[in-house]
Amino acid sequence: MKYIIGIIKPHRLDPVPTPTAENGIEGITVSEVKGHGRQKGHSEIYRGAEYQVSFLPKVKIEMAIDETREDEVVSAITGSAGTGKIGDGKVFVLPLESAVRIRTCETGKQAI
Amino acid sequence: MLKRIWAHSGRVGILGLATMALASQPALAADKLDTGNTAWMLTSTALVLMMTIPGLALFYGGMVRKKNVLATIAQSFAITCLMTVLWMVAGYSIAFSDGGSLNSFWGGLSNAFLVNMGKDTLNGSIPDSVFMTFQMTFAIITPALITGAFAERMKFSSMMVFSGLWVIIVYAPITHWVWGGGFLGEAGVLDFAGGTVVHINAGVAGLVCALVLGKREGLGNESMAPHNLVLSVIGASLLWVGWFGFNAGSAVAADESAGMAMAVTQIATAAAALSWMVIEWVLKKKPSVLGLISGAVGGLVAVTPASGFVDPSGALMLGLIAGAICYWGATSLKNMFGYDDSLDAFGIHGVGGIAGALLTGVFAKSAIGGTAGLLEGNAGQVLIQLEGIVATIAYSAIVTFVLLKIIGAVMGLRVSREEEIEGLDYNEHGETVH
Repeated sequence: MKYIIGIIKPHRLDPVPTPTAENGIEGITVSEVKGHGRQKGHSEIYRGAEYQVSFLPKVKIEMAIDETREDEVVSAITGSAGTGKIGDGKVFVLPLESAVRIRTCETGKQAI
Repeated sequence: MLKRIWAHSGRVGILGLATMALASQPALAADKLDTGNTAWMLTSTALVLMMTIPGLALFYGGMVRKKNVLATIAQSFAITCLMTVLWMVAGYSIAFSDGGSLNSFWGGLSNAFLVNMGKDTLNGSIPDSVFMTFQMTFAIITPALITGAFAERMKFSSMMVFSGLWVIIVYAPITHWVWGGGFLGEAGVLDFAGGTVVHINAGVAGLVCALVLGKREGLGNESMAPHNLVLSVIGASLLWVGWFGFNAGSAVAADESAGMAMAVTQIATAAAALSWMVIEWVLKKKPSVLGLISGAVGGLVAVTPASGFVDPSGALMLGLIAGAICYWGATSLKNMFGYDDSLDAFGIHGVGGIAGALLTGVFAKSAIGGTAGLLEGNAGQVLIQLEGIVATIAYSAIVTFVLLKIIGAVMGLRVSREEEIEGLDYNEHGETVH
């Protein structure tokens, strides 16, 4: 099992595929986050006073998947979230040791 | 212009009659109540009160950081209550009574606690109770404007003591000088609705406060960005609407002078907002929302003294110039000297007020307010305006400084460093916004 974390631009969330049997995504968690990578921040000006805002709004998506679906899911995210500009975000893939579906107490791949 | 109700109380009644009543009806005596005028002044009074609460409270409350929102709004609200009482106790008497041999400088205490104000007492063509309350709302907003200069760091207790003393010792006498029969009004200073009395006065006092209190903790290192500009936009919009009571109400009549004051107020305000917007767009690449509303307030301030004296073309020019000057006041001037006028009480009200007072002397038209300005060949009017500006700045600055030093020695002016970093909302009021 793999755990996928994608940090993308907020306005690219909609094109990211919603979970279906075909694209291999069973479930997804989305949160609004702030941060920056190489893009750094931007500046805001209030009555001439300039402030560096180093953290920009991003969206974090998280998914637990079967490892056989990894390439498919990662390319789905990069394909949808990519604009070709700096600040598009990142996708991280982590090994996932275990999972439990709380309602049924199923474990492992049945639980994701 | 407000003083005319005292000096030439016949004027309002007769003009009001000419516009409101049947042409065939003979002119009535000066002390006859005019219901049209009274209705408009009741309305204006409510509008000007709305400028402070919630107008100014929201305008300022949106511009501070999240930890100081309630404290900032509390200042406007508490000042509203305190000034109401003080105006009743002594302020109105000092500003608008006949001070006898000292009448050039103050009105004395003969009308303290409004002892001379009965139900039927008239002031020109309106009840004295209405005129007193109308003037009270001006006494409320002026110290409330000052709070923008020391926002986010002054102790609530010291702020209350300072504001209370200030309105009695500074505001009421200056009001008397210009409108109550004092020496500036007699000298011919044009101040239709309070450019000198309210805005220069509050702006200069604010500057002195910013200098005496010192900078906020972390200024220049951490973000002081406004926490919610939507509140400020609502506040600025309420100020704009309320300002019709401020300016058109200062005609103290529902007449043609009030009508023209309303028109030129609207024109100058819009022009100043556009002027600030374009300058910021060119210099800083983006037309900011804070810039738009700041320009509008700058225009309102600048047209205040002019509103009964200029025509629409004059108002347009005055607004365009005022927007540019206030932009400079709130950005360059502040940085040049490094004082921390947190919400630009001086940058907008002081600078805009001075610009407006001078430009009134330039653009005044005899066909509008009976006095010609520089453009009609009366260069002397600019000098008279300057006299009003200098007298107000000098008195306001010196007395404000002395007041702050005394209060500072007795009870301190600022909250502690820890309290300031943690925020005034919790430490001063025991509450938080969210």
